[in-house]
Amino acid sequence: MNTRPSKLVKGQTGEWEVVIGLEVHAQVLSKSKLFSGASTEFGAEPNSQVSFVDAGMPGMLPVINEKCVEQAVRTGLGLKAKINLFSIFDRKNYFYPDLPQGYQISQYKNPIVGEGEVTIDLKDGESRLVGIERLHLEQDAGKSLHDQNPDSSYVDLNRSGIALMEIVTRPDMRSSEEAAAFLRKLRAIVRYLGTCDGNMDEGSMRADVNVSVRKPGGPLGTRCEIKNVNSMRFIAQAVEYEARRQIDIIEGGGTIRQETRLFDSRLNETRSMRSKEEAHDYRYFPDPDLLPLELDANWVAEIEKSLPELPDAKKARFMGLGLSAYDASVLVAERDLADYYEDLAKGVDAKAAANWLNNEILGRLNRDGLSISQAPVSAAANNAIVAMISDKTISGKIAKDLLDIVWSDGGDPRAIVEARGLRQVTDTGAIDAAIEAVIAANPDKVEDVKAKPKLAAWFVGQVMKQTGGKANPAAVNAALKLRLNLPDEG
Amino acid sequence: MSNSVPLTLAEARDALKARKISSKELTSALVQGIAQSRGLNAFVTETPERALAMAAASDARLAKGEGGALEGLPLAIKDLFCTKGVKTTAGSRILGNFVPPYESTVTQNLWNAGAVMLGKTNLDEFAMGSSNETSAAGPVFNPWRAKNSNANLVPGGSSGGSAAAVAGDLCLAATGTDTGGSIRQPAAVTGIVGIKPTYGRCSRFGIVAFASSLDQAGPMTKTVRDAAILLGSMASVDPKDSTSMDVPVPDYEKQMEGGIKGLRVGIPKEYRIDGVPADIGGLWDKGAAWLKAQGAQIVEVSLPHTKYALPTYYIVAPAECSSNLARYDGVRFGHRTSGSVHDITELYEKSRAEGFGAEVQRRILIGTYVLSAGYYDAYYARAQKLRTLIKRDFDKAFESCDVLLTPTTPGPAFGVGEKTSDPVSMYLNDVFTVTVNLAGLPGLSVPAGLTENGLPLGLQLIGKAFDEGTVLRAGLAIEQAAQFQHKPANWWRAA
Repeated sequence: MNTRPSKLVKGQTGEWEVVIGLEVHAQVLSKSKLFSGASTEFGAEPNSQVSFVDAGMPGMLPVINEKCVEQAVRTGLGLKAKINLFSIFDRKNYFYPDLPQGYQISQYKNPIVGEGEVTIDLKDGESRLVGIERLHLEQDAGKSLHDQNPDSSYVDLNRSGIALMEIVTRPDMRSSEEAAAFLRKLRAIVRYLGTCDGNMDEGSMRADVNVSVRKPGGPLGTRCEIKNVNSMRFIAQAVEYEARRQIDIIEGGGTIRQETRLFDSRLNETRSMRSKEEAHDYRYFPDPDLLPLELDANWVAEIEKSLPELPDAKKARFMGLGLSAYDASVLVAERDLADYYEDLAKGVDAKAAANWLNNEILGRLNRDGLSISQAPVSAAANNAIVAMISDKTISGKIAKDLLDIVWSDGGDPRAIVEARGLRQVTDTGAIDAAIEAVIAANPDKVEDVKAKPKLAAWFVGQVMKQTGGKANPAAVNAALKLRLNLPDEG
Repeated sequence: MSNSVPLTLAEARDALKARKISSKELTSALVQGIAQSRGLNAFVTETPERALAMAAASDARLAKGEGGALEGLPLAIKDLFCTKGVKTTAGSRILGNFVPPYESTVTQNLWNAGAVMLGKTNLDEFAMGSSNETSAAGPVFNPWRAKNSNANLVPGGSSGGSAAAVAGDLCLAATGTDTGGSIRQPAAVTGIVGIKPTYGRCSRFGIVAFASSLDQAGPMTKTVRDAAILLGSMASVDPKDSTSMDVPVPDYEKQMEGGIKGLRVGIPKEYRIDGVPADIGGLWDKGAAWLKAQGAQIVEVSLPHTKYALPTYYIVAPAECSSNLARYDGVRFGHRTSGSVHDITELYEKSRAEGFGAEVQRRILIGTYVLSAGYYDAYYARAQKLRTLIKRDFDKAFESCDVLLTPTTPGPAFGVGEKTSDPVSMYLNDVFTVTVNLAGLPGLSVPAGLTENGLPLGLQLIGKAFDEGTVLRAGLAIEQAAQFQHKPANWWRAA
């Protein structure tokens, strides 16, 4: 799968390959924190969701939240990863005001989830496999606020102790597009699983990006870690900037220093934070307040049984129904959209349903700035419309008008078709009558069309007008040809 | 009632039940006794009003024939236990005027059983010390003095205030904590009983942490029976402490009875170390003979890794302490420097330099060092391996015996200031006790005799995990044979 050629970047000395690995911090969906009962709700008053444990008060002890462990296991299974039945919580020691204990409880040598993989879908319909190195559970820190007062900094500990999953990939991505595709896919998976809301704006998903460059096929270069890149767009910008910076340094005869850099989205550049030499010595050691985490294999098996169908499986199933790889991957990107599609496609042609969703529904949602879950017309109502198109109760044109009506006024599509007489006319008598009326009113055109058969289209339009758009265009065409003795188009 | 209350916990309990005395009488006498005994510096905080209010409530319950196992019994609490609404110092300046808004599980268990709190006792800073001289509140003096001497002696540590309070009859019993010997060593050198239960027997929730994998709370009492009574109320499984164990708390007072006929008592040969005074070896032999005379079988056992115990302990404990004490940073509570600072690093440095004493700083530095990149494998990782080997030694020894008998300390109480300039000789005080913490086992110190100079010495009984019952039973046998009825001369009470 990874034989796909890399996108290369041109430098003065030839082409370069960009090598990218990600460390994603995904906030676990859970009502309470990793080691305390405090709430995790977003947007509360500062320091209103802080237990004595979260504040690092003397004598307070962490107690593991089983729900968070379950969510990590669920995510690991979704990443097709090895679940480690034995894992250990370690302390990562450093001083910072938003780290009340003076250490972060994390997992170092023995993470809860081991190796796995994610298939990423690229624009051209191709796929690439990205290896997952590990997933571990850890506590989030609080937030330092430096802009509230000229003389002091404030600390908000609401986030302190919230459970995060750190997901570390192999250096398997070769362009910013692939990195963004990975994040999109990871986001889709955790949202399907219900283990993280994937909300980058609220910081529920954050990424550190490791970037290095090398000559194609050469040994890996020295990497730089870019911290806290908070949107898909910034990831692309940060990778592009950083790759160019590294290439320029190497081509200028310099060497890359391993260091941690910060992405400045305002200036669209990365800046050095600290070098490897200045790196913290975190003095990891097993947290003596917590016993090793031992999982029951049966419990893990139960979780595995409860997993929903994930995007890759859904995509394969949709393709089996006749959808293109592209359509299928668009539809499975969000679980809500895929579910909507499945309801919409019930008992009708899969491809027709996908086209209707892509062309009509998504277009209107986009126009109105709505998400699929806010769609004003239900999947069932759309299903009725598509069914009416395919059994020729209404024409495609009427269907679109009908959707507009339901979109703005609501109502049952079938009832509206009956009430407003929108049924497509396939009755040849009615169509013939309309044709006679048009001929009678336009004798000159009849002569013209005999000389120029292309003018038949004008007749079709007139007949459609005469029938209020309800005539079946194919039936009108056939009847006209017969009546005017026109040749078949060749 | 006289201000000296020589009653044991069991005697006072029975007298209260029989309505021969009231908790108020008992408590008032002790409150006054404490006030008259400030020369010992055993208490950091006295809580007389709270004590009298609790006593009154207990008397009301007792009058109705109600009340818990410790109803109306006045206790002293080591100032390492967080007590809701009562200043908790851990013997350090760094906690400033910290008043916990929560109660430790152990003390909550005691109040639920009806006990009365007299106050908070002095201790080595953050429980780091063997002489109670590292306390920010100043040293505690041992009620005992050597024959024909007026020199002040240390009460041992870190639970020195609790030990002095029990030995000086300032309370009926006290709580202590023991990380490397902090209950047993002070108990031994003040002539009282102290038990460090199995790791996980008592909840650590709300106890200011020193070294989490070693810390354990336990009773300090006048008799073995009292230790059994108090332990029964302190122990519990606690959902707030992941390392507490869900093992039912037995009736220790009942388990203590029944004699020791057929009990196999192990004598670890590696505990005969050079430089230990003859008194100690002699007392140890005497102890074995007492047990044998009561029907026990004496067997020699080997704990081959004993010599590595102190170095292992002085890597593991400081490592955990360096991390546990990181939260005292002057940001959220406790002491913050009043000096001018330019940035957060300087705030940390100044607050912590001012707040922590020399011994605590020494251990933070040792701990930081042994966990550092490049040293971790050489120190911390090897110490963990040794710890496993030390545990295994005990498992092996317990295949051929039920309980071990050893001295508690390598010597009696020493002079104030005698060892403060030599940390290593201070650390040697724990040579017989740290192994027990490293292995997580229960260890009991029972007063067994006096030195030629008239200072108390203790013998230690070590048991299998969660077998405190057997330890107490063997301890009772020593206590009955030793007939230790000595009391320190009452030199400290102000009139």
